Amino acid sequence: MSNPVFNQIQAEIGGNDVVLFMKGTSSFPQCGFSAAVVHVLSHMGVTFRDINVLTDPALRQGIKEFSNWPTIPQLYVKGEFVGGCDIIREMYENGELAELFESKGVAQAA
Amino acid sequence: MTDTPAARSQAETIRDKLTAALTPTVLELEDDSHRHQGHGGWREGEETHFSLYIVSAAFEGKSRVERQRMIYTLLAEELAARVHALQIKALAPSQL
Repeated sequence: MSNPVFNQIQAEIGGNDVVLFMKGTSSFPQCGFSAAVVHVLSHMGVTFRDINVLTDPALRQGIKEFSNWPTIPQLYVKGEFVGGCDIIREMYENGELAELFESKGVAQAA
Repeated sequence: MTDTPAARSQAETIRDKLTAALTPTVLELEDDSHRHQGHGGWREGEETHFSLYIVSAAFEGKSRVERQRMIYTLLAEELAARVHALQIKALAPSQL
């Protein structure tokens, strides 16, 4: 864990139940794949912390190494990496994402 | 197009690598680049956006994250260089 960005990432995913590393912000996504995940989370009524990797090249590269995952967006729930856009969409469609939030005690809109 | 390695399309390279490593029973690779015209990462005339549907026994017992990591590892070069986005649906035969 020599990369200083890793500490920052660890603090974010440790301090927030749901964290989305994305391109752009939740109100202004700058990539269709990031926008799709924002849409899913918003639709489910899940509160999340959005982190815009475009504002920080070290973070943009660092999160890929931290997660061992080469693409963005990336979703973390209670400190655990869940996946990128394809996985989130698939889990949303078959109900697994709602189950995950429920099992982790993350509030969703009824 | 000649058959030199340099002239091989991204799609062919991706298909070959996945076939060699995973011996998939289903491999559908679509070049979506035209659908992302003008979006981030899109470049005129280049293959930048793909979607992949792959079924392989190698995915049996693996989580979604593990399956995608396997694919990302095999295609690390392509993803680092020219391919901007790769949508993936990866299933094991038992999930069909």
